[in-house]
Amino acid sequence: MQKENFFKKYWLVMLTGLLVGAAAVVLTAFGNPKNMGFCIACFLRDIAGSLKLHGAGVVQYFRPEILGIVAGACIMALIGKEFKPKAGSSPVIRFTLGAAVMVGALVFLGCPLRMVIRIGGGDLNAIIGLVGFMLGILIGIFFLKHNFSLGRAYKQGKVEGLAFPVMLIGGFVLTLIGGATYFAVSTEGPGSMHAPILLALGIGLVVGALAQKSRLCMVGGVRDAVMFKEFGLLAAFGCIIVAVLVGNAILGNLDFGFEGQPIAHTEWLWNLLGMTVVGWGCTLLGGCPLRQLVLAGEGNTDSAITVLGMIAGAAAAHTLKTASSADGTGVNGPIATIVCLVVILLVSVTHLKKEQ
Amino acid sequence: MVDARGLSCPLPVIKTQNEIKKNSPDKLEVLVDNTTAVGNVTRFANNNGYDVAVKELEDDEYSLVLTKR
Repeated sequence: MQKENFFKKYWLVMLTGLLVGAAAVVLTAFGNPKNMGFCIACFLRDIAGSLKLHGAGVVQYFRPEILGIVAGACIMALIGKEFKPKAGSSPVIRFTLGAAVMVGALVFLGCPLRMVIRIGGGDLNAIIGLVGFMLGILIGIFFLKHNFSLGRAYKQGKVEGLAFPVMLIGGFVLTLIGGATYFAVSTEGPGSMHAPILLALGIGLVVGALAQKSRLCMVGGVRDAVMFKEFGLLAAFGCIIVAVLVGNAILGNLDFGFEGQPIAHTEWLWNLLGMTVVGWGCTLLGGCPLRQLVLAGEGNTDSAITVLGMIAGAAAAHTLKTASSADGTGVNGPIATIVCLVVILLVSVTHLKKEQ
Repeated sequence: MVDARGLSCPLPVIKTQNEIKKNSPDKLEVLVDNTTAVGNVTRFANNNGYDVAVKELEDDEYSLVLTKR
């Protein structure tokens, strides 16, 4: 009885999890980098590169998946009458947290979504990342329990809510008509590996729409399980891993180990702390990078600002050499990780509201 | 009453949880302004021994009245 109820309640988010996992495997099979079929941090970093906000030639490409997710969420929200533009909850702090989350993600080499995709590909470094991620969420929960809040948001007009999705459409159209003349496109490295544009866009649309409807979120899983004993989002988290594991097994891409994993490094401490930054920052933000994209599609421009912060963070990470590569952490990666932890701590302690 | 308007999840649920933990009220009104919060607070309340009546107010705001079972 209990079990039946569980599936009845959470089938949509679990199905979404399975589909996200499958999407990652399919996109990889059609050209996206290995174990990176669907990584929000990587995609935003590539977009930052395509806009020439950083000079790392190997990670420049205007990823259509990002537009797909935002537009899919936007369309689904419009259909479901959930498109409700709002803003005003500490935008600059959110921008800063978004940037810090991105710097942390690029030390580990992946957002929470790629972390589980890496686990599903057999990359054991990602298990270390998961430990750090959970640690970060637990620290975040500690502050949430002590009344952490970035303040309330207020209703905004339709145009404010639509501006960000339209901006992405504009960028996408420019890549279509301009090719590599307007935006940079990598000729080697991860940025040069990508699935066909329409497939990437289509899968993004489906994932965005389903993620909007089901509220899929990678930090929400651990958070809701710990805080409210609700396990739906955590089950979806598991579903992604299962789908990726099965998909990789079918395609013969399963390879368990620490060494020589695709676009990953083995410096465990920084893998751990990088994801602590991500878990903690995203818990304060109220959602993982994927969820921020979806909320931005729903007209939440605090989330749009967060995404722009992540793009800026990616640009900074590559310009200041804090981003890792397969060879290991960047020269300034460790110090940047510590700085991010300090920044997030400062944000945490300065936003504890007194009980009324 | 818990006023969680303008707050995004999980804050509405946390505020509700804090109020229930502190005062264990027989009846509690929670104000929110997004459907995600309506769903999450309702689910939380149902799991913690409360029935929920949702009323849509003007301007995309919702009043959730939680009554102890």
